[in-house]
Amino acid sequence: MEPVAEGKDGQVVRVSGPLVEIEGVERLSMLELMTLGPQRIAAETVAIAGTKATLQAYEYTGGLKVGDVAAATGAELSSLMGPGLLGQVFDGLMRPLSSAPMWLTPARSQSTADPVVLAREWTFVPTAVPGTNVSAGDVLGTVPESGSVVHRVLVPAGVYGVLSWVAPEGKVRVLDPIAVVADHVVSLAERVPIRRARPFLARHTAAVPLHTGQRVLDLVFPLARGAAATVPGGFGTGKTMMLQQVAKWSDADVIVYVGCGERGNEMADVLDGLSQLEDARTGDRLIDRTVIIANTSNMPMMAREASIFTGITVAEYYRDMGYDVVVIADSTSRWAEALREFANRNGDLPAEEGYPANLSSELASFYERAGRVTTLGGQSASVTVIGAVSPPGGDMSEPVTTDSQRFVRSLWMLDRDLAYSRHYPAVSWTGSFARDAEELGNWHAANGQPGWAIRRARTVALLAESDRLAELAEIIGRSSLPGHEQVLLLGGRLLRDGVLMQNALSNNDGYCSLEKGAALLDLVFDVVDACQRLVERGVAVASIEEADFGPVLRAREEFGPSDDASVRARSAEVLAALEALQ
Amino acid sequence: MKDSTGPAKEPIEGTDPAPLSDRFGAQISHGDIREVRGPLLVVGGAGGVGWDEFATIDLAGGESRHGLVLEVDRDLATLQVLESTDGMSLGGIGVRFDGRPLHVQVGTQWLGRVCNGRGEPLDGGPPVTGTATLPVSGWPLNPVYREPPQEPVLTGISVIDGLMTLVRGQKLPIFSVPGLPHLTLATQIAAQATSSGQSFRVVFAAMGLTHADIAFVRDRLEERSAEKELILLLNAADDPVIERILTPRIAPTIAEHLAYTESHDVLVVMSDMTSYAEAVREVSAARREIPARRGYPGYLYSDLATLYERCGRVKGHDGSVTIVPVLTMPAGDITHPVPDLTGYITEGQIVLAPDIAARGIYPPVDVLSSLSRLMRSGAGKGRTREDHPDVAAQVLAALARARQATELAELVGEAALSETDRSYILYRTLVEKGLFDQARDESRTLEDTLGRAWTALAALPDKELTMLPRVFLDRYLPRSGS
Ligand SMILES: Nc1ncnc2c1ncn2[C@@H]1O[C@H](COP(=O)(O)OP(=O)(O)OP(=O)(O)O)[C@@H](O)[C@H]1O
Ligand SMILES: [Mg+2]
Repeated sequence: MEPVAEGKDGQVVRVSGPLVEIEGVERLSMLELMTLGPQRIAAETVAIAGTKATLQAYEYTGGLKVGDVAAATGAELSSLMGPGLLGQVFDGLMRPLSSAPMWLTPARSQSTADPVVLAREWTFVPTAVPGTNVSAGDVLGTVPESGSVVHRVLVPAGVYGVLSWVAPEGKVRVLDPIAVVADHVVSLAERVPIRRARPFLARHTAAVPLHTGQRVLDLVFPLARGAAATVPGGFGTGKTMMLQQVAKWSDADVIVYVGCGERGNEMADVLDGLSQLEDARTGDRLIDRTVIIANTSNMPMMAREASIFTGITVAEYYRDMGYDVVVIADSTSRWAEALREFANRNGDLPAEEGYPANLSSELASFYERAGRVTTLGGQSASVTVIGAVSPPGGDMSEPVTTDSQRFVRSLWMLDRDLAYSRHYPAVSWTGSFARDAEELGNWHAANGQPGWAIRRARTVALLAESDRLAELAEIIGRSSLPGHEQVLLLGGRLLRDGVLMQNALSNNDGYCSLEKGAALLDLVFDVVDACQRLVERGVAVASIEEADFGPVLRAREEFGPSDDASVRARSAEVLAALEALQ
Repeated sequence: MKDSTGPAKEPIEGTDPAPLSDRFGAQISHGDIREVRGPLLVVGGAGGVGWDEFATIDLAGGESRHGLVLEVDRDLATLQVLESTDGMSLGGIGVRFDGRPLHVQVGTQWLGRVCNGRGEPLDGGPPVTGTATLPVSGWPLNPVYREPPQEPVLTGISVIDGLMTLVRGQKLPIFSVPGLPHLTLATQIAAQATSSGQSFRVVFAAMGLTHADIAFVRDRLEERSAEKELILLLNAADDPVIERILTPRIAPTIAEHLAYTESHDVLVVMSDMTSYAEAVREVSAARREIPARRGYPGYLYSDLATLYERCGRVKGHDGSVTIVPVLTMPAGDITHPVPDLTGYITEGQIVLAPDIAARGIYPPVDVLSSLSRLMRSGAGKGRTREDHPDVAAQVLAALARARQATELAELVGEAALSETDRSYILYRTLVEKGLFDQARDESRTLEDTLGRAWTALAALPDKELTMLPRVFLDRYLPRSGS
């Protein structure tokens, strides 16, 4: 990266995979970026002792020798952020992949600035008035991008004073000056260090829901804007599918999707899928509100570690412009493994399962960057963080899973048995939680949906009751249960299959509006109530069970994503058919 | 640094029996061996040696072995010796470093060849040469260049094609336990698979297989070998353990070239990945690394990923690499690190189960724990048949329900079951005998497979078929009497 070295270059004395030790450097500081060997591989300083230092290399170190040059760059790991990020794919160090070659060898450019982006001209529209006083976070002007997310050019943190000059409306490139504040020259793009949280004024405490379009989340385990959620689940339980659904359908302004140590095909899939889908709210392609950071499992391991922080920094960058941003990290376990790998090679004492003792503080430093805040510019904006966890052997007592749960507001635990019986999304209703549910209920009540909390309570109760009865039925036999309890068993099944299950691949069912979700719940509740009345009237449970509940179960797939009216009409039909039972 | 103690013999040009890679760096022989421990060798005076370099180790008797550099520290280089360090002493050894990581020659010359786990001929032929030389560890493929896989691969095996369709460029492992016919299934896939009517070039990487298994594989795939569509890389159970670390790297290196330069569809079968992982564990233990689970190193996930991720389709290229790893789960435990981490990397899994084999069904696939994640893009209208995904979903859902009915019948007796539950029990028999069970050399068309699925579903009352839209029921459901 941009060499501004003033210290003395050192040399490599030890290489063990991504761990490199160097000697003979001077004035090196922690987190400073170095370049190693003839290929100028990027490496970050993680420990210093005298003129020796330990580095974490971000590329394959094959061929790196003892005696190779270690050159200081004088800069921390940072990336160039400005217009042109949306719709693009970057690696964990925020180097553009869209312009990189097919095979990612260490020889490729170390620069985080895409030459195409550097050369590209943007239309800058000034909004600030020269001669006035401005301070950090104030909007100097705007730059339209491809979608409806307007890029706002802000006064950088730490800068304030009289705006002595602002560029007139016209074409500029990302590094051209567009304003002068006091003595500080501001350009469209700025270099942002990725390991430091960007400043804001204050945190908000009131909970406002993030609507994800996924029923089990929106109706049962909701997430507030600016909160953090974690999704642990064994392989194949549906973490990626769920996170991709959230990326597609949640009502945020900007999505940052971090593929951390996962599959290359999934990244291609996200890119492809989002390019084809339209954002119903804006009419843009979904990709135009998305930044993809892809550090797949076969890419250098340590860049995986950086990718999580890169992602959250990009999110904060858009938050500061006043947007609601969701960061999705799939999977934080791969990030934790990179931490472990490095710590082990460095000879650090392991805590649990080989993980370093600072695992939980590292996790906290990630999840705690979530928040709904007042920005420096005085706007309300948020960063919501959702991280997948891939517990080894599906063991939910392993350190990454248990530590993550401490720092999040919502836990969406995926259950292998549900997934194997093809109940997707396989969110376990016994293992998951939503700490903000009550407050979000109040929000819904204040915003036109007073029934939200009541429906949620009944859903939770029905699920618990039917689980309890199912266990009992296994011992004493189903037919030994009293009629109204058998109806509850039936109700549990309708609730699970007809409401909680949601087919991500279906055009009608993939996204669900809050109103349609409420209507589907009411449909099930109405049917349960009707069946209870039949039982009271003396109708045999067996004949109720032989009734055709297909119309209830098919409603979610048969009607459009926001078609609550048709669901309510279906309710009337089903009830009429039930009433006819003798 | 010239060695002073060792014999320092330079091989005479052309007498090296099988050059593993082109000699690249200066061939200085280092004889200052400091330590021999397990598969590891520590060489002193190795200042200019790079990490991950390949090396040739000359023994006193004229024998050569090979190694990879695991660490360089000041003037020491630690190597893992592929063929084991048995018989090595601190003196009398010369190590020559290649100046770069291991490379192999790649090209169509590999087709039809039988080699050992390091790529040296076993078929009596000359060393395999090629048109290009590539590093065996490969480079990560830029994800932006990936084409999402979506063309179905038809294997002619009903349970796979029908319920867990393989897709060109996918990685789909077979999880098995010792004693089950996983090799039979893998070779059947290799022999029968086609995509858009084209057959595959097959690279079969055997790691730690018994000689009987190897003979079986060679026999089953003889036809493919004769047509020069097969490459065998064979590391037998009694071959050097550490050599197994190379085998599944050489195989995809050859495959990538065949796919992206020669435009072939290539199928790479890797068996047994558990033996491979054990070799990795052995090296890790010798290095005294901190283990994660069950003694396996913490980097096993990333290590396996660098192998499995080498499959795919690439924009602007016709060829493809499809990978079918085969592994045996110790004690049938799917949470064991090898199947578990494999499952976290691959795009689904085909799980074989002893209780299904015991009921006489081949292939004994446990369909409820099996899944092809890419089936959603490879099956359906325009790919296979419009009703395919819904039929598959319905067959699975009904099977889950049929299992419950069977359990209930065991409890209360079949006579006490409801009409509907009895129809599920009949359905289960029909689906297992009619659809899943097939001969080891039988190849079925997709039409045939789907027809059999509909026949089984017809045993259920219509109201149970909630996953099938009305139009498909009208179009495909066989009606008794019609
Ligand atoms: N909502 C859903 N609708 C339909 N199918 C689903 C849904 N969720 C998951 N699936 C199925 O489950 C498969 C596995 O899901 P996914 O890839 O999300 O698992 P994962 O938890 O991310 O696994 P891994 O940890 O191995 O990455 C998908 O390929 C798909 O077939
Ligand atoms: Mg996943």
